[in-house]
Amino acid sequence: MKRSIGLFGLPLLVLWMAPAFAVIETYEFSDPALEQRYHDLSAELRCPKCQNQNIADSNAPIAQDLRGLLYKQLEAGAGDEQIKQYMVDRYGEFVLYRPRFGGATTILWLAPALLLALGVLIAAMTLRGRRKVTRNKSDELSDDQRKRLDELMAKADQNK
Amino acid sequence: MPPRLKLFLPLILFAILALFLLRGLELDPKELPSALIDRPLPEFSLPALGEEKTLNRVSVTGKAALFNVWATWCVSCRVEHPYLQQLADNGVPIYGINYKDENAAALKWLDELGNPYLANIVDAQGTLGLDLGVYGAPETYLVDAQGVIRYRHVGVVDDRVWKTLLEPIYQQLLQGGSP
Repeated sequence: MKRSIGLFGLPLLVLWMAPAFAVIETYEFSDPALEQRYHDLSAELRCPKCQNQNIADSNAPIAQDLRGLLYKQLEAGAGDEQIKQYMVDRYGEFVLYRPRFGGATTILWLAPALLLALGVLIAAMTLRGRRKVTRNKSDELSDDQRKRLDELMAKADQNK
Repeated sequence: MPPRLKLFLPLILFAILALFLLRGLELDPKELPSALIDRPLPEFSLPALGEEKTLNRVSVTGKAALFNVWATWCVSCRVEHPYLQQLADNGVPIYGINYKDENAAALKWLDELGNPYLANIVDAQGTLGLDLGVYGAPETYLVDAQGVIRYRHVGVVDDRVWKTLLEPIYQQLLQGGSP
């Protein structure tokens, strides 16, 4: 008797607990295109509370609220830019994982290009310097060196 | 560039980098700048806690005041509560925004721990919180006499926070100037 409870009880318990694991709520969309936009936007909006997660991944209450809001706005027919602006107005540029160009984010956008240019510049200068060095190190003697060599040779001949 | 100076280039670059990193040590990434600084308090129309009336933007502005976002489920709110009471006793006007809370629990809290608030805005759905950009209680906003948000502090308000951050701005607001 005890054994049979264990056998049937455990699967039943797991079934009963299943809703507890389903922490992310589901929304019914009137249009599959809206659902796609919901997924795209919720992956691109950053949770203000748990800062290294987007609102799609986060279980923070604020992320739940923002997902609900996103759903409502999409169903109401708001455009992507409009929704993003709504979020930025309240939580700042911080909520966008892909920040827009302008203002404080200018340096963020331009820094990679500037650093690349700097790297290319340094590489070019180094290569040019090296070429100069190899040219000087050629086997040919310069006029001065040849003159000095001749003098030394003459001196050596005299001393013989 | 003289070759001797060139030798110091890595050291100079390192020093600049070190300065940035040093500054980074002092910054708290969890403290987000509010998007609403120097913007008016959002419009709202919400019930008052324990009173038969509706509060809106006009009814809670007119003089410089603190707006404290709190809830009974928020542990840190209990920590800061005695200090808010102390501020209120010293004549600082504080409005409460009871954020996503239950009225009964909130009234019980105020009954037991004391009520530092002039009035409490019941934001059960978190709509005002959303418009304010609240992302976790407690948060405290400094709003001037014109109803413009001047400062936002995320976290517990204690003696240090009040003396170093909030009070200087509050005093400026009292004198009618803008910080």
